[in-house]
Formats: sequence, structure tokens, C-alpha cells
Amino acid sequence: MSEHNPLPRNVRHKPHHAESVWPILLILALLAVVPVVATMLDDLFLLRFFTRAVIFSIAAVALNIALGYGAMVSLAHGAFMGLGGYTIGVLASADFFSEPLVSVPFAIGGTSDLLVSVPVAVAVSAGFAAIIGLICLRTTGMYFIMITLAFNQMLYFLFVAWERFGGEDGLQILSELRVSDMDPTGRIPFFYICVATLGLVLLFTNRLARSPFGLVLRGISQNETRMTAVGIPVFVYRWVAFTISGALTGLAGAYLAISQMFVSPVDLYWIRSADLVVMAVLGGISVAWGPVVGAFFFLAAELLLSSWSIYWNMLLGSFIILVAIFLPSGLALFSPLRLLRTYRRSSDG
Amino acid sequence: MSWSLILVQSLNGIQLGIMLFLIAAGLTLIFGIMDFVNLAHGTFYMLGAFVAATFFAYTGSYVVAAVFATIVVAIVGLLLEVSLLRFLYTKSHLQHVLATFGLILVINDVTRLIWGAAPKAFPVPEALSGFVEIMPGVTYPVYRLLILAVGLVVAGLLYVLVSHTRAGMWVRAGASDRDMAAALGINVKRVFSYVFALGAGLAGIAGLMTGPILAVQIGMGEQIIILALVVMVIGGIGSVRGAFLASLFIGLADTFGRVLLPTSLSSMTIFVIMALVLTLRPKGLFSLNV
Repeated sequence: MSEHNPLPRNVRHKPHHAESVWPILLILALLAVVPVVATMLDDLFLLRFFTRAVIFSIAAVALNIALGYGAMVSLAHGAFMGLGGYTIGVLASADFFSEPLVSVPFAIGGTSDLLVSVPVAVAVSAGFAAIIGLICLRTTGMYFIMITLAFNQMLYFLFVAWERFGGEDGLQILSELRVSDMDPTGRIPFFYICVATLGLVLLFTNRLARSPFGLVLRGISQNETRMTAVGIPVFVYRWVAFTISGALTGLAGAYLAISQMFVSPVDLYWIRSADLVVMAVLGGISVAWGPVVGAFFFLAAELLLSSWSIYWNMLLGSFIILVAIFLPSGLALFSPLRLLRTYRRSSDG
Repeated sequence: MSWSLILVQSLNGIQLGIMLFLIAAGLTLIFGIMDFVNLAHGTFYMLGAFVAATFFAYTGSYVVAAVFATIVVAIVGLLLEVSLLRFLYTKSHLQHVLATFGLILVINDVTRLIWGAAPKAFPVPEALSGFVEIMPGVTYPVYRLLILAVGLVVAGLLYVLVSHTRAGMWVRAGASDRDMAAALGINVKRVFSYVFALGAGLAGIAGLMTGPILAVQIGMGEQIIILALVVMVIGGIGSVRGAFLASLFIGLADTFGRVLLPTSLSSMTIFVIMALVLTLRPKGLFSLNV
């Protein structure tokens, strides 16, 4: 067994056919009724919270393609998210001020049409992930964690320094975003767009996990040496998975910017990357929908505990420690029986 | 850039480097021996500053405060190791990261409970608050010179301990091959408890010495832990010598970066350096276990 594998033992050996689509459909069905309930309660805040949680779920699920299936503990995903957001913001502000983004060799203007800017955002994040992946994936283990952190911070400080796009104060999106001619930023339509996207990303990840590509990826994370010996180009598989993961995280970042109408360096600080990892691991990294549970739990705990006590971090921290020790497969797969088994096994070894 | 500026900034850089080394030394030994990622190591740095500030306020003696704070932090480290962290060694890196991330949240809030949310006053001792002329026309704070000297002495003692004593031999044996060391009859578990206490104490010393120059506040640990992790990775995990050289290098690079480059770009310096080093040498400069 590879000594560098960063994942918990029982997560590594999860059989691939355990992936079922039913939990995904259940999650989507539950989310679909949220606007109805929010309208009934006349509670706009509820809808705002759920929109944010769905967006972070997309990011955590996307991160998990690298983390759970590829065993790559990345601290660069906050940067991918921020980059997606900044792409939307920068294009929209160039459109608002009617300044060309680039004038040499030919003029490229901004746009507020999300049918253009969202795909561009995904492409930018994918490109960045592909480039840094080439460098980062030469390292393993702790070195990989740290080099992804380094690139995350480089990008953070770059946007802090970049006065044209707001510097430290961030970038307000002033133009009216639209999809062709429609306005998608009404709260309820936008929420459904987010839920639909989450559904697509979940089904894609679920399918990916069972595809030949996913099987190879999981094989690599279980035993890299063996896969190399079989003749698999390990680096290429990891790199493609890292890039896909980065691209979809960028998509979540674009949605976050649209929902906030604002993007700032905070959106790509390394803490954001760490939060995403915590969300994914809390929820469970061995199934596609695990990170959704983690994201909702994390954001709800942050919201509820912080309004309840100023020492809420202590409670959240203690809870994270307990999950890390006793529930390595996350909240999604929690059952008292499993907990007992894990406990027995850890007290044996 | 004049020579006097270069001299002053070099001293500042080396001093930052020494402080980083005191933190990174413990971190790299802990990782090297037990393969354990401790993100919460920066909290020992913070605790060192807080405890020393309190003792200093009561006793008025900087030396007494420093000695007590070091001992207290080392004991806190030992207790944490025995009560909680010990159970994590057999787990995966991901669980280490998650659990010690949670531990940071807990320790920060406990600190807030004890000392309050406001930054703590920790003045430079009266006798050390002056300036000394290090070159004709160039003055430098006495206190900064002192912590530079003390830091070098502590680093020297650590070198002697690790390289020239029997206990140090156990530590090195554990760091290069844990299983083999255990097979040869070394009680790796106990050695590790002491190393952990030592590492916590060293980070505490760095904290209590830096406290009077910077602000003693909650969150000071997270800022420094990132730098210490950078140092550990560049130096090669498990290598104390690598950590020492990398500390000085990063301390100087960061300090001169701040003088020569615009603020936010200079913050990128060390990360650019780390990315370059890892691109060329994916296991750091002086890695032990290849």
C-alpha cells in the first residue's frame, strides 16, 4: 500500500458499484420544494441561504472529483472558484464601462451575457487548473498540499494587487447580467438554475466514478505503483481529473459571483480552499453526493452557531475533530453500526 | 539601496528566519517521525506570547516570564499529544488536516475565553528598549539584536541535541525510518511525546520573543504556520538542517521582497520561491526519506 496515500483506509477500499443515483434524486427533490416553502413563509433569507449552500455544494462536489476519486488533497480550489467569479465580474465591468478588455492585437470587449461569460469562466478556471496541474502533480502527499496552497496564495495576492479590478476592495458587478434577453437573476429562477446545475454535476460525477476513466482514477488512488506497472499513464489521468475538477469549481465560483453581484479577494483566500476540503470530508468523499451534505451542514452550523454563541468556533472545531477521528467516511454514510465497527477496528490497530 | 539599509534589512531577515526556524524545527521533526500533519502547531506560538505577556504583567521580569511561558507551552503540548493527537497517528493525512484544523478553532476560542478578544499588551522590557549603533550612523533596536542572539543560541543547542546526543540519535533514527528504529528497541512513542513537547516549547519561545515586536492577538498562529509549512516543505520534510537553511532563506527573501517590491506583490515572493523549488525538486532540498 502506497505510503503517500492521504485518504482514510475504509474510504480507499470502497467498491465502485456502491454509487447509487437515488440519494442524488432525493436531494434534488428536497431542494426543488425550498422556494415553495420560502414563499409560503415569506422568508427571503431562507432562499438566499439555500442558494449559497447549493453553490458551495457544486464546488465541494467538484473538488471531490480530485479529492475523493483521485486522492489529491488540493488547497487550490478556492482559487479556481475565485477565478470563475472574477471572470464574470471582469467581463461585466468591461461591458458596463464600455472599455475593451484587450485592445492589442484586436479589441475584445466585455459582456454581461451569461451565455458567453459563464463558459468563459469555466474555460479560464480549467486553463489555470491545467497549467498549475502540470507543475503540482509532480509532487505527492504533503508537498502537493503545500504547492497547491502556494498557487492559491499567488493568485490571491495578484488580485489584491490588481487595482484595475478593485484590488483589496473587490469588484462590484454594476451591469445587469442576462441570459440572451432574459433576466436570470430573479431569486427563484436563479435558485432553480443552481439546483439544476448541481443535479447535472452530481449525475456527471456519479457517472464518472463508474466509467472506465473513474475506475482507473480510483485504481491509481488505491495503488499507484500497480497501475503504473499495468501501463496506465498515471500522470495524465490525474491531470485530466484535476482539470475537470478545477473547471467545475470555476463554474460554482461564477454562480457565487452572480448571486452576490460582487467578487473580492476573500473569495479566493486559502481559507476558502480549506473550507471546501472540510465540507467535502465532513459530508463524505466516497460518494458523489457526500460533499452536498457537508456543505449544507458546514454553512448551517456556521449560521446557527454564530448567532447562538460567540464561541461557536469551539463547538464547530470539536465536532470536526470528532468526525475526523470517528467518522472518516463522513456524515453522508453515518450509521451507528458503522461507527461501532470503525471504533472496533481503530482500537484493534 | 544604501549599505546601511542592506545591513539593517539583513538583520531583520535573519531574525525573521530564526523565528521561523524555531517553529518549523518542531513541525518538521513531528512530521518526519510520526508522519503527522499538525496544522495546530502555530497555536503554540500564539500561546507562548499570551502566557509570557501574562507572567510579565504579574512578575515584571522578562526572564521569569520567558522561562515560565516556555515550560507552560511545552506542558500544554505534551498534554495535547498524550490526550488527543496520539490517537491520530494511525489515521490518514486527510484526517490529520481535518482534526488539527478543528483543534485550531478550539484553541483559539479557549484563548479568547481566557484572555479576551482584544490584543494583549506586551511591551519591550525597559532595559532592552534602546538602540545600539551597529555601524557608524546606523542604529538597531537592542531587543531585536537580543532575540536574534537568543534564537541563534537556541538553534545551536537544538543542533547539538539532535546531532550529538543519544536522545538526538533516537530522534534522527525515528525520522529516517520509524519501523526500523522501533525494531532496534527505541521507544518511538515516548521519544515522540518528548519531541512534541520540545517542538511546542520552541514554537512558544518564538512566540514570546516576537510578541513585543508584533501584536499579541488571536490568529497570530495561523499567519506564521503558513510560513513555517513553506519552510518545512522547501527544506525537505524531516530535515532540521534543511529547515534551518530554508528558514534563513525565506526570512531574507521575504524581508527584502517587502523592501524592494510593492506590498501585495512582495507577499507573493515566498510562494513563488516555494513553487520554483518544488518544480525543480519535488521533495524539497534536503529530504530525508526519499
